[in-house]
Amino acid sequence: MSHAVVGKPLPKVDAFDKVTGRARYTDDLKLPRMLAGKILRSPRPHARIVRIDPAPALALPGVRAVLTGRDLPIRYGILPVSQDEHALALEKVCYAGEPVAAVAADDVETAERALGLIEVEYEDLPPVMSPAEALAEGAPQIHEDGKPGNVHRVAALEFGDVEAGFAAADHVREDLFYFGGNTHAAMEEHAVLASWDEARLTVWSSTQVPHYLQRALSRVLELPPSRIRVVVPTLGGGFGAKSDPFPHELVAGKLAIVTGRPVKITLSREEVFYCHRGRHPVQMRVRTGFTRDGLITAMDFDSVLDGGAFGSFGAASTLYTGALQTTTYRVPAYRFKGLRVFTNKPPCGPKRGHGTPQPRFALECHLDKVAEELGLDPVELRRRNLVEPFSKTVNHLRITSCGLAECVERVVEASGFERKHGRLPRGRGVGFAVSAYISGAGLPIYANEMPQSEVQVKVDRGGGVTVYSMATDIGQGSSSVLRTFTAEILGLEPEDVAVVTADTDLTPIDLGSYSSRVTFMAGNAAVAAAERMRDLVLGAVAEERGLQRDRLVLRGGRVFEEGEPEGGLSWQEAVEVASAARGPLVAAGGYKPPELAGPFKGSGVGPSPAYSFTAAVVELSCDPETGEIEPEEVWIAHDIGRSVNPLLVEGQIEGSVYMALGEALMEEHAFRDGVHRGPSLVDYKTLTTLEMPPVHSIIVETIDPEGPFGAKEVGQGALLPVIPAVANALADAVGVRIDEVPITPDKVMKALRELERGGPGRVGPKEIPQFEFREPVRVEPPEGPGPWTGPVRA
Amino acid sequence: MTASLLLALLVNGERRELAVPAHRTLLEVLREDLDLTGTKHGCELGECGACTVLLDGEPHLACLTLAADAEGREVRTVEGLADGSSLHPLQSAFMELGAAQCGYCTPGMLLSGAALLERNPSPTLEETKEALSGNLCRCTGYVKILDAVALAAERMREGEQ
Repeated sequence: MSHAVVGKPLPKVDAFDKVTGRARYTDDLKLPRMLAGKILRSPRPHARIVRIDPAPALALPGVRAVLTGRDLPIRYGILPVSQDEHALALEKVCYAGEPVAAVAADDVETAERALGLIEVEYEDLPPVMSPAEALAEGAPQIHEDGKPGNVHRVAALEFGDVEAGFAAADHVREDLFYFGGNTHAAMEEHAVLASWDEARLTVWSSTQVPHYLQRALSRVLELPPSRIRVVVPTLGGGFGAKSDPFPHELVAGKLAIVTGRPVKITLSREEVFYCHRGRHPVQMRVRTGFTRDGLITAMDFDSVLDGGAFGSFGAASTLYTGALQTTTYRVPAYRFKGLRVFTNKPPCGPKRGHGTPQPRFALECHLDKVAEELGLDPVELRRRNLVEPFSKTVNHLRITSCGLAECVERVVEASGFERKHGRLPRGRGVGFAVSAYISGAGLPIYANEMPQSEVQVKVDRGGGVTVYSMATDIGQGSSSVLRTFTAEILGLEPEDVAVVTADTDLTPIDLGSYSSRVTFMAGNAAVAAAERMRDLVLGAVAEERGLQRDRLVLRGGRVFEEGEPEGGLSWQEAVEVASAARGPLVAAGGYKPPELAGPFKGSGVGPSPAYSFTAAVVELSCDPETGEIEPEEVWIAHDIGRSVNPLLVEGQIEGSVYMALGEALMEEHAFRDGVHRGPSLVDYKTLTTLEMPPVHSIIVETIDPEGPFGAKEVGQGALLPVIPAVANALADAVGVRIDEVPITPDKVMKALRELERGGPGRVGPKEIPQFEFREPVRVEPPEGPGPWTGPVRA
Repeated sequence: MTASLLLALLVNGERRELAVPAHRTLLEVLREDLDLTGTKHGCELGECGACTVLLDGEPHLACLTLAADAEGREVRTVEGLADGSSLHPLQSAFMELGAAQCGYCTPGMLLSGAALLERNPSPTLEETKEALSGNLCRCTGYVKILDAVALAAERMREGEQ
C-alpha cells in the first residue's frame, strides 16, 4: 500500500524555526527578575573536603544565595541500583570538575566573582586513574561504602556449553582490544532555568529525559512529582550526553526555591566536558572457536570498563558490552564476563550505541583476523554465520525482521569491496564490518508494568489535530515522526497536525530519547492514538450519515466510501458530525514492549522489540611516511524496517558515520595527572568539513511486524560498524593492526616500524586487568533452534 | 564597577543604541541586550563557529569580537538573513534537504555560507568545505549542509539570469 506522508522526504516540523533563528533553546529563555547561577567545581581529582565556607561569597553585594553539599544531601542517580551521586559534593570529591558549591547572583559576573570567594580546604587523596590502578592491592577506595577494589558491577554469564563448543572447534583464536573513551560534545552546552511559585517548581532544561529529571528533582528536593513541571525547549544535540539528571539541574531548582526568583545556569564548554557520561574506555578479550569451514562453535568475551567516579548508566553499560555480539552471528555457545570499576574521572555513561561500539570494534577486527587465518574472504566468513530473521539467539534475544544479509550484499556490491580488498595499491585499503542495535530497551529503567510511551490526539473544532507526547526531539526528528504517523492515519497534510512535546504538565509519559526507542515506542503509541481517533470519527460519520463503516476511508482531507471520492464529506464536516454525536474528540494510545527478558539475572539488558542491522565499507588512504589516515569514502547499508522520512534517515546515517570516524581516528577523552587533558573543542579533536568523506547511504526496508508502519531504529546502529571497518581498512592499506581506538598516526607509525623489523605490526593491549570472576551463571539456550514463531503485533 | 560605553550598532539594518561595559562581547550584546538569541554559543573561546555573524559581509566570531569593535560596521545575524518573509535561498535549501538537525550550529553555518556565496557565487565543493571548516556540527556529518550550499548557489545563479 502506498502512503501519502510516510516515506516522503519532508522538511522537519521545526526546520523553519531552526533556519531563521526563531527556535528557542534553554539558554535563550529569560524571565523577569531572573538570577544567574554558577557552579564551583573541584580542581582536585580525589580529595576530602576538610572545610568549606560560603560566608565570604554571601557577603558580596548582588549574591542572593550560596549552596554547598549540606544543602542537598540526598543521593540520586539515573538507575535505581546506582543512587550514588550528590548534587554538590558532601565529604569528598571524586573527580576534577565535580561540583562542590553553587551561587545565585544578580548577574553572571557577580556569580563568577562569588565562586572565587568560597573557601574550600581539601586534603588530597591519591587519585585512581585506571582500572588496573583501581584493582591493585591496597588501592585507595573511591567510594568507602562500595565493594573492595573499587568494583562497581560484575557480570558473568554462560549460555550453552562453551567448553564443548571450543572442544569441537578446528581453530581457536584469541585477541585483545582497547577502546579509548570519548565524549558527545553536543553543540549546545547544557543549560537549565528554574522558577518557583510557592507551590510548584518549573524547570526548563536541555535534557533528553524530562520524566527521569522530574523523578530526580522530586527525590533530591523532596517535592512530590505532581508539584514539578519539567519542560524541554528546543534541544541542541544530545547523543546520550543529556540523559542523566545533573547537578546543575538540581542546584537550579534549589536556588530558585531558596531565592524565590528564577535562576538560570548555563554551563561553559569546559563544564560540559566534566559532565561527560560519554563512551566508557573498555579493555576486551575475545576468544572464538571455528570449524574449518568458518562456522562459529563458541565465543568467550571479557570486558573491563573504566566507569569514572559514579554509577550513571554503568550497570547497564557493563551488560551492553556483552549483550549484542550474538545478534549478528549465530553463536551456539557464549560466555560473557564484564567488570566495571570506579576511577577518579568524570562518570562515563551512554553515548550513541551505549556500551556496544566497543565490543563491536573488538569482534569485527577479530573476525577479520580469523578470516585471514582460515584463508577466507572476510565477507564470506560473515555470510556463513549471519543470524536468521525471526530467530532467537543463544542469550535469549528475540530477533524479528532482519535485513542483515541484504545489507551485506548491497554494501559489498556498491563499494566494489571484493574487487578492491587486498588489491589496492599500498597505502590504500578497504575494510568491512557489520552490526546490530536495539530499537529501544525492552525493559524500563525502573521496574514497572506501565506503558513506556503514551500519546494523546486531540481534534479541534476547526479540524486541526494536536499530538501530545513527552518524546523529546533532540534534533533526530522525533516530533516530525509523530506528526508523519498521525497525518498519514488521519489522511491530512502534515501542516494540519501540531505537535506538543516534552512537557510533564502538558504531555503524557514517554521515558525519553535514549536507547533509540522513540520512533518505535512513541511511534507505536502515536499510531494507536491516531487509529482510535480515526475510528471514533469514522464510526460517528457512518452512523450519522448512513454510510458503510468498513468502506469508509480518510484521505486527502476527506472522508468517503472507498472508490467514491466524489461522495462523502470533508474532514472538517466529519469532525463536526463526530463531535456532535460523540462529544470531546480526544484519543490516547500507549505502547509497552512484549515480555522479552530471558530467564536469568541480567537479562534486562539486550532485549528489544526489534533490532536494526547495518553493514559498512570504509575506503581510506594512509601515508606510510607519516601514519596520517584519510577516510576517502564510506558505503553503509542500514536495515531500519521502514524509512519514515528518507531525509531524516540519511541525516541520522551520515551523522553516525561522522561520529564513528571521529571516534575511530581522533576523538579522545584523555587525562593527565588526574585532570582532563584538554576540556575544550580545540584540544578535543573532531572532524571538520575538511576531513569528512562522501557517504553513500543505502536504506534497507524489512517492514518489521511490530514497528509503527514497520519502522525500527535509526540513529545509533549506523555508528557501530564504521569504527572496526576503519581498522580493517587500515590493515588492508598498510598491513598493520591497530587494536585500539583512536587510531592515531603515532600508533600507525609504531606498528609500521615494528612490521619493518619483522614483528607483527600491531599496536594494542598485551593484557587486560586480572580479576577473579565468580563462576558464570549457566543459562540453558532457548528451546529449539528456531525459527521464532511467537505472536507478532497484538 | 566597570565603566559603561555608549554604543550605536547597526544590526540587520536597524540602528540600536545601548550602554554596555567596555569588555562586553558582541555575542553578549546580541543575545542578552538586543534579544537576538538566534546567534548561538558553543565554547565562548572561538573554537566552534556557532556564534558566527557577518561584519560588513565578512564572517566573524561574535564571542571574540568586542561589541565596541562592531560600531560603524554593518552587523548581520541569522535574524537578518531573510528578506521579510522571503527566506534566503540558503535557508530554504537547509530546510528542504534536512541540513539542520538539532539546529544549534545552523545560524553560524548559514552566515558562513551566505558570506561565501556573496563573494563566490559558484564555489567548488573544496571551496565550500574550506569556507565552512570553522563551523563545527555534531549531528549531520556536514553532508546535507554541503549539499544545501550547492543547491542554494545553483538557485541564486539561476535567479540572477
